[in-house]
Amino acid sequence: MSHDGHHSVVIPAPGPEFVPHTVAHHFDTPVQEFQSAKLGFWLFLATEILLFGGLFAAYFYYHEVYPETFRLGGQQLDWKLGAINTTVLLLSSWTMAMGVRSAQTSQKQKTLMFCGLTVVGALAFMVIKFFEYKAKHEHGFVVFSELFAPYDQATGSLAWFKDYDGVMAGVPHGHLFFAIYLTMTAIHGLHVIIGAGLILWIMVGAAKGRFHNGYFLPVDLVGLYWHLVDLIWIFLFPLLYLVP
Amino acid sequence: MTTNVPVIDTHAHHAPEAGGTNYLNNRSGFWSWAGTLDHKRIGLMYLVGVSIAFLCGGLFALLVRLHLWEPKGMLFDNAQYNQIFTLHGAFMVFLFVIPAIPGSLGNMVLPLMLGAKDVALPRLNLLSFYLWLTGAVLATLAIVLGGFDTGWTFYTPYSLYTQQAVVTIGLAIFVLGFSSIFTGLNFIVTVHKLRAPGLTWFRMPLFVWALYATSLLQVLATPVLGITVLLVAFERLYHIGIFDPRLGGDPVLFEHFFWFYSHPAVYIMVLPAFGIISELVSVHSRKPLFGYKLIAFSSLAIAIISFLVWGHHMFTSGQSTYAMFAFSFLTFFVAIPTAIKEFSWVATIWKGSIALNSPMLYTLAFLIIFAIGGLTGVILGALNVDIHLHDTYFVVAHFHYVMMGSIALAFFAGLHHWWPKMFGVMYDEFLAKIACAIIFIGFNATFLPQFIMGSRGMPRRYATYVPDYAPYHAASTVGVIILTVGIGMMVFYLVASLFQGKKAMQNQWGGVTLDWLCPTPPPLENFDVPPKVVHEVYDYSTLDYQSMQTPVR
Repeated sequence: MSHDGHHSVVIPAPGPEFVPHTVAHHFDTPVQEFQSAKLGFWLFLATEILLFGGLFAAYFYYHEVYPETFRLGGQQLDWKLGAINTTVLLLSSWTMAMGVRSAQTSQKQKTLMFCGLTVVGALAFMVIKFFEYKAKHEHGFVVFSELFAPYDQATGSLAWFKDYDGVMAGVPHGHLFFAIYLTMTAIHGLHVIIGAGLILWIMVGAAKGRFHNGYFLPVDLVGLYWHLVDLIWIFLFPLLYLVP
Repeated sequence: MTTNVPVIDTHAHHAPEAGGTNYLNNRSGFWSWAGTLDHKRIGLMYLVGVSIAFLCGGLFALLVRLHLWEPKGMLFDNAQYNQIFTLHGAFMVFLFVIPAIPGSLGNMVLPLMLGAKDVALPRLNLLSFYLWLTGAVLATLAIVLGGFDTGWTFYTPYSLYTQQAVVTIGLAIFVLGFSSIFTGLNFIVTVHKLRAPGLTWFRMPLFVWALYATSLLQVLATPVLGITVLLVAFERLYHIGIFDPRLGGDPVLFEHFFWFYSHPAVYIMVLPAFGIISELVSVHSRKPLFGYKLIAFSSLAIAIISFLVWGHHMFTSGQSTYAMFAFSFLTFFVAIPTAIKEFSWVATIWKGSIALNSPMLYTLAFLIIFAIGGLTGVILGALNVDIHLHDTYFVVAHFHYVMMGSIALAFFAGLHHWWPKMFGVMYDEFLAKIACAIIFIGFNATFLPQFIMGSRGMPRRYATYVPDYAPYHAASTVGVIILTVGIGMMVFYLVASLFQGKKAMQNQWGGVTLDWLCPTPPPLENFDVPPKVVHEVYDYSTLDYQSMQTPVR
């Protein structure tokens, strides 16, 4: 857009393999730009926490109302797969942090490598999640093919909750645990996929040399996002898999 | 103590550079608007959008009132009536009252008041507008897909069972929520990071303080609404059971979730209106604000307390008695910072040099109407009284005194105040004063009778009523017709001013905040010379009278 004759601040590139960064016209200094974006992003992360906060509130409420349902339901989850996934995400948080550090120190190849490893971690998480969901499908806890089937008012039976082995038969509203499990992990999984997409976008920028010691803002922000995704899982794992 | 005066150390700030352009004419063509990152153009697009939403919502209101002319109902069957009042509520709340002042006037004025070139995150600002537009399109789509009849509150379990387009309107509200969040986020960052040199926190105009408190609420409350409408949509799509009593869920949990957002949302709506009134009482009385810091802090106090009062919407829904005591007490408590504002405004006007022009008339109308709207809220906060008044027209009248009578009138006041700034033209002041009087009379004629019939037991949202209530309903319907005439007049002279209005002055009203010290209408980056603030806020001894007599280019 037109700058009406004002000169923009340009941060020079540290080497030929990098490109300089032009500070947006309405900022006076690079520091102002960096701090503004960072503050805005922290506020955005706060909205993410509040969004999940609603789900956590629902979890705690129904855990209180139907404790037996949640105890029995939690036992149907595979805590080993959950623990592996927790480890995968924690490792990917480390690789992401290393990716941010590499960008800050103008190490292009390392930035690409660590971001790539983080994406691998995200994919591994989703693959393991897929097998968990598949097991739930096979036991009839969440029959994905029937998820959107209309609700039968007359019989009051849920098409997606079959419980083939009858393990939840003795507790009230056995489907409720799995509904909350599915909703929380699916929304979290969506965040993992979005995060992986953002990291791929960072890799494209890094390959073009956009990020270096003078400008690494997007890498920093995506890193924060990835840590939040990790952090939410760190709460989901014990609540869903271990507390029961 | 020395006189408080806000002044700016700019050089020849009122004379645009030779051949200087302003934000309206510096570029032209469709994409110069649709793709703009300029906060002023985005503000104007919001203004057009929310005005259309307001007129749609107003049309639905007119239909509701016309229907109620007769006890048996005049226009619709019961199912259609449910849709019409739901449309009125949903359009007014989500498409007009929440985004109106921050989106249009806030976007336009906040960076000017801070001496900034733009908001901190201009792309996010444009995204906010497009999210608003997407929400508006989805809401319209929901009407086409069969409408929705749940009331704007979407209470479960009814909203789970009704065979209408609830998922679509839920999605619209989710998207509109993020539009609101991003506007708030942007304003917080802008206030923190883009203040001009010398513009300390306590030199900021009170409109900025009000928008700041609003933004905190937008960021911290709206995500909960987002997850709530998502859960309602999931409930309808795959029956998770969280809110559905047939599946072990608890509909009251929905009410908690909904009001955890929607009570703070009441303050998201009203705090910007308070900000406008704070500016206007000072400028049009040419007197520094009485209790500047008290008004600033009361905005923050309201923002905090508003998170703790949601249960007063649910006194008849089934909560523990102790929770109701707490919610009732806190509801009384929130009236204190609000009353501080009202008293401070009146004290500001007292012995001021009052100019009775149209923005000030709207402001005075606000002060009267808000006193009624606010105090009836305290009445409703009393537990035993609320059991009788809950879901009656008394509640309807109370929140219309706040939402329509206070917020919409403050919006009109601000619109008249900054109109010459935005467009460089003046509307017909005589017509404006007449219209203001008509709107004031029409508004009170519409809603005062509703207090009476509500206290006598007329329930809200009913398509028919017993003939005993007929005189009140008739008065209310006559009132809304008067109101419609007044608003029609306002739309007419405002639009007409764009084509044949007189040129406005550089500083039409004699403001001394930064928004009146940049050229009128502002150029792309707002100030010809980056401003530096060296005086306290609202210091009218620094007013440059020349700028009040210099017409815009």
